Amino acid sequence: MSQPFRLAAGGLIDRGRPLSFRFEGRDYRGYAGDTLASALLANGVRLVGRSFKYHRPRGILGFGPEESNALMQLGTGARAAPNLRATEIRLHDGLEAKAVNCWPNVRFDVGGVNNLLSRFLAAGFYYKTFMWPHWHVYEGVIRRAAGLGKAPKAADPDRYENRFAHCDVLVVGSGPAGLAAARAAAGTGQRVILAEQDHVLGGRLRWDGGEIDGLAADRWADEAIAALGAMPNVRILPNTAVTGYFDHDALAMIEAVSGDDPAAPAQLPRYRQWQVRAGRVVLAAGAIERPLVFPGNDRPGVMLASAVRHYLARYGVRAGNRAVIFTNNDEAYRTAIAFHAAGGTVAAVVDTRADVDPAVAASVETLGIRLLRGASVVATRGAKALRDVAVRRADGGTLRLACDLLAMSGGSNPNVGLFSQSGGRLAFDEQLTAFRPAQSVQNERSVGAAAGLRTLDEALASGHAAGAGDGAAPRATDAHPAAEITACWRIDAPGKAFVDMQNDVSADDIGLAARESYRSVEHLKRYTTLGMASDQGKTSNVNALAIMAGLTGQGIAETGTTRFRFPFVPVALGAFAGRAHGELLRPLRRLALHDRHVALGAIMEDYGWLRPSAYPRAGETRFEAEQREARAVRDGVGIFDGSPLGKIEVRGPDAARLLDFIYASTMSTLKVGKVRYGLMLNELGVVIDDGVCARLGEDHFLVGASSAGADRIAAWLEEWLQCEFVDHDVLVAPVTTSWSVVTLTGPHARDLLAEAGASFPLGPEAFPHMSFQEGMVAGIEARVMRVSYTGETSYEINVPTGRTAELWDVLMRLGGRYGLTPIGIDAWNLLRLEKGYLHIGADTDGTTTPLNIGWDHVLRRKGDFVGKRSLMLALHRDPARLQFVGLRAEGTEPLPIGAHLVRGKGADRASDGFVTSSAYSPVFGRGVALALVHGGTGRIGETVALEHDGRRLTATIAQPTLYDPEGARLNG
Amino acid sequence: MLQISCPWCGPRDEIEFRCGGQSHVIRPGPPEEVDDATWGRYLSEKINPRGDHLERWLHAAGCRRWFNVARDTATHRIRAVYHMVEAAPAIGDEGSAR
Amino acid sequence: MRYSAWTVFRQGLGGQRGWKPAWRSPDPKPDYEVIIIGGGGHGLATAYYLAKTYGIRRVAVLEKGWIGGGNSGRNTTAIRSNYYYRASARMYEHSLKLYEGLSKELNYNVMFSQRGMISLAHSPHDVELAHRQAGAMRLNGVDADFLSPGEIARRVPILDMSPEARFPVFGGLLQKRAGTARHDAVVWGYARAADALGVDIIQNCEVTGFRRGADGAVIGVETSRGPIAATRIGVAVAGHSSRLAEMAGFRLPITSYALQAFVSEPLKPVLDTVILSPATGVYMSQSDKGGLVIGGGLDLYPSYAQRGNMPVIRNVLGAVAAQYPSLGRVRLLRQWAGIVDVVPDSSPIIGASPVPGLFLDCGWGTGGFKAIPVGGTMLAHQLATLTPHELAEPFSLERFTTGALIDEAAGSGIAH
Repeated sequence: MSQPFRLAAGGLIDRGRPLSFRFEGRDYRGYAGDTLASALLANGVRLVGRSFKYHRPRGILGFGPEESNALMQLGTGARAAPNLRATEIRLHDGLEAKAVNCWPNVRFDVGGVNNLLSRFLAAGFYYKTFMWPHWHVYEGVIRRAAGLGKAPKAADPDRYENRFAHCDVLVVGSGPAGLAAARAAAGTGQRVILAEQDHVLGGRLRWDGGEIDGLAADRWADEAIAALGAMPNVRILPNTAVTGYFDHDALAMIEAVSGDDPAAPAQLPRYRQWQVRAGRVVLAAGAIERPLVFPGNDRPGVMLASAVRHYLARYGVRAGNRAVIFTNNDEAYRTAIAFHAAGGTVAAVVDTRADVDPAVAASVETLGIRLLRGASVVATRGAKALRDVAVRRADGGTLRLACDLLAMSGGSNPNVGLFSQSGGRLAFDEQLTAFRPAQSVQNERSVGAAAGLRTLDEALASGHAAGAGDGAAPRATDAHPAAEITACWRIDAPGKAFVDMQNDVSADDIGLAARESYRSVEHLKRYTTLGMASDQGKTSNVNALAIMAGLTGQGIAETGTTRFRFPFVPVALGAFAGRAHGELLRPLRRLALHDRHVALGAIMEDYGWLRPSAYPRAGETRFEAEQREARAVRDGVGIFDGSPLGKIEVRGPDAARLLDFIYASTMSTLKVGKVRYGLMLNELGVVIDDGVCARLGEDHFLVGASSAGADRIAAWLEEWLQCEFVDHDVLVAPVTTSWSVVTLTGPHARDLLAEAGASFPLGPEAFPHMSFQEGMVAGIEARVMRVSYTGETSYEINVPTGRTAELWDVLMRLGGRYGLTPIGIDAWNLLRLEKGYLHIGADTDGTTTPLNIGWDHVLRRKGDFVGKRSLMLALHRDPARLQFVGLRAEGTEPLPIGAHLVRGKGADRASDGFVTSSAYSPVFGRGVALALVHGGTGRIGETVALEHDGRRLTATIAQPTLYDPEGARLNG
Repeated sequence: MLQISCPWCGPRDEIEFRCGGQSHVIRPGPPEEVDDATWGRYLSEKINPRGDHLERWLHAAGCRRWFNVARDTATHRIRAVYHMVEAAPAIGDEGSAR
Repeated sequence: MRYSAWTVFRQGLGGQRGWKPAWRSPDPKPDYEVIIIGGGGHGLATAYYLAKTYGIRRVAVLEKGWIGGGNSGRNTTAIRSNYYYRASARMYEHSLKLYEGLSKELNYNVMFSQRGMISLAHSPHDVELAHRQAGAMRLNGVDADFLSPGEIARRVPILDMSPEARFPVFGGLLQKRAGTARHDAVVWGYARAADALGVDIIQNCEVTGFRRGADGAVIGVETSRGPIAATRIGVAVAGHSSRLAEMAGFRLPITSYALQAFVSEPLKPVLDTVILSPATGVYMSQSDKGGLVIGGGLDLYPSYAQRGNMPVIRNVLGAVAAQYPSLGRVRLLRQWAGIVDVVPDSSPIIGASPVPGLFLDCGWGTGGFKAIPVGGTMLAHQLATLTPHELAEPFSLERFTTGALIDEAAGSGIAH
């Protein structure tokens, strides 16, 4: 239970709150404030993962999102989370983790056999083999071997949230530059959001020493954070990584709220995704250290030098007892000093540079630490943890140094990911040996280490300036000088030197890619998979392209980088959904009468609105209900909720002119009080909707649209009006949801309506088919249309939506004696099908023109209308075009919808049309169907063969209208 | 995410808008006097520039008004927003841009 | 050099030192018999078939960046021929058949993985449309199976099949022979095979203009690496077709849009097919490496920026988390975008342009990857014989005058 690598004091951890956790089946202890990575290091756990391809043993490399080795399967069951980095997992009591991609465990991993075969498994080897006899023979095994963690099997039980925010200044990162920027901006009253991916604010101030305005760096950070926290115009978000920089200064952030801690309050979401619109953005995201590329650089115990310092200061964890420091720059010397100060032994500092600044050299040599100038580590040993390293001295001789920790530093890369996402251009800085922001496109400024600035003082000054505040910038009063660096991209020595640890891409793989012509950085990435692992190349990209530049003889700047992509750190898919699950994924629309339909036992289905499909009674099937409802309409009276029907008021002196253009039929000749059916086309001549248009007054029309077309057609009218007919004096007002529609249909419809009480005459002369009345029905203001979709006498009663239930209840109460029956969509469809009425979207598709459905007369209409010119094209008059007809099936069974008529034989077999609507007709005692058939109008009476799902069927082409072709019942 | 300044409502996020494509398209007519090729070009042909594009947008989840936008299709920068009846601004006019 | 298990073994023993370049990096010659603009899959396949089928080897492929850097390397790698219209079905089926033999043809493993593709039906109406689609596919000679909800649950256990699901599943249409392939490998395979036949692949060579003869016909191109002459020029530059047309003085019925795509962190296998939900427009497959590869709708405004914005990202990935509830904790690794040619009827434009000597292979919208072999076949035929390939005839530019559009989504009622 001891933590052998935990120092007696120090670190931002709560030693009063010990926590237990389990890793790979073994129990350990840590403290509140630890990450899983720091706790594992404190316990001396070195082997924490296996690489993707060769399953090589790996240890912790870094301390943040750059970590490429320590990938965890966190938790179990529905709350398991795959591929989390140990460096980003906040430790909680009872935490359970396992390394991904190893079996049976990380210590003994069967996949390790790949490492023995690694000489045959070079970059891209799979493109050159596995072709005989077939890729499928190999693919299954490869798929099972690939992949890292496991997705849970059960639904994710956690909650996620989305939030929008606006601010004047978004500061990304709370290190010295970020804090200085936030302080300066907040001081002038600007709305500031300060986002920090770590759970502790302060960034480098927490672990890299220095003194600011006379205070120790972390004290200064405490004071700055406290001051910001007290300001109402500042929002501080720890645990929040900024993941994306989109157009017009819109950024995405992911806030880890519950931290996967079961002790967190249940109402907290797991993650909260923020979308921020910022006035301007300060990018203070710091820098990430690069590994050095030398043989054996992937052994557990080889870490980034900055990470070693970080674990010492932040967690009081010394990552080893005896360390070798390997560097090409001055900064890593600080690791030697800190490690020594923490009681560790520094076996040597191995510096690739022959010339080291005397003051820098003295800083370690005065501590008695051996400095090897012009030297390189050329090999490491140790099966599952580092045991010793081989060093090649400047004189060519080698020596072995026993050690359990190798802290390496190859320089640092500014975090330019967000800058690059914003569209900004990068430049390679030879002095820095890294890419830094060069040319800005959006309203952002990079500061501090993210801008390639190397000292604390520069970070503070650049942050303060970007914050655009008053007063003087904070000053570093005891800071390190700028660290000097001499580029060293690869140690020339035999053995596997890794560039991308997670994906097992070695320096030799880059050489192979170069030899085989995959030299562009994108080809290199795609051929070797370099930089495509879950760390997205944070530690590997620059090393790789520098090595490639060396091989091709091009400069690094010319070689360029691959593009940085959203997201900067991986984001759980659940966070994108937020609360948009189930009904909130796409909100459902409910009718005013929803509860009444449900009470009547309706099957409610989504037709854009939740609508009753049928009202089956106890013991009745859906089909039986449909048949009963349809018969009730033919024999008595049915009641139908048609509320979703589109209703658009079109009003003004030019209303008739506009509608003449929008409809394929003339509407200006319609008499006041009359109703006319019309088709609407698009400019291709395709039918986009149909419906009835009522003329309420000389300048006042009520345009009816299909339920599906209600919104679309209102928008369509507006578009023409606003974009083409800007001189028309017309107002278009969609009123679909203001009015609900209750339709009475059947031979007794008039009697029932009369009994309910109408303020206008109902007789067939005063109120004939295709006319309109406005008045009172059952004491409710109403607009009533005599139109019919069933073939029976029908009244579409429009009442204000708030009074729909009142009308429905009156009609249902009075309707008993007429056998009033609620009608669902199924029966409604069947009734119109018997009548041969078109259903847009079922009997038509996105290619159907009026000339396919027997409306050839529209071509004779004078004047222009939408789509007319297209209909004049020769191909629309082709006699073999699809035409709308009826089909009579042989036998009683209805034809399946979607079945094709088939013509030709063998390879020439082709579709001759297809069934668009079909049902069993209780009136005719057999199936009735509608179809689009090639040249169908001229083929009435012809027997045709159909196919459906391998079945063969026969039918006869007929007129579409089967029921009451004379319309006697309709007009009665 | 684009931020578009609706001439009536002010700056709003792109989710409130719908892009209606190239603006200032002249509809040929009357139909009897238009040949097939001219009609086909009206229906399908696009300028589709890489750079400054004059396009019409609808504030669909707002005032439901159409208006014109001059936007760079390579950078997504909006150079100008103007009414349907206005002439296109000359390149170099800096309107309410973001 | 021939790729095989044996050479991989031998090179392994020899420290991988003996591999030869997959293609040369020649300087452009002053003139060629044929120039192909665009070093993506379509352009390289065209060059390969010109050399192989028609013996025309004095061919240059001019690529402004690196080969495969456009949509060939930015798509979601789905290959299918589940089309409604005969013209489309024949063309895409031809392509699929070429894909079935492509690894051996090119001696490069393109990893064509026929794991099938399922298009879900979310309502009884969708089921009817799916049956109509299936019937058309069978009549077009393409395999089609209608799957019951039970069969879908068995094949795709991560899909929410509950009746309470916002978009419940009533069935689905399966094309068994559909699948995915490794997109870069298709590009590299064609490049290597074309290079071996003598084709010059010239990268970092941007075309800046056309040279025209007195009769208006093309006689060459201006490039960032100097003028190059040829009297037959093919253009296969998805996303940028309008720009090349502008240089040649005509306009196309094309608008460029950004299409985003997404990949998750690698997972052990959870999805063994390509699956599309028409209700949300989201489709998904799992790569051999383990990442879930996800695509959805376009960012709906013209764009040449290879980036996308949050509304589409949230729509697509939010729908994945909602429709596949066990994937909520799986993390998005990377997003990217390509620029696609969108044509009013969403079908390609193949064949003659208004300028003599200049031929088009464009307008593939979001589906050009699956058409690489057939696109190359058709453009090569056109360039070699100066007549349209039989499969390409319905897809000429003429159709926008005659009105003979081939709109799959409109015709089948199912969004593609």
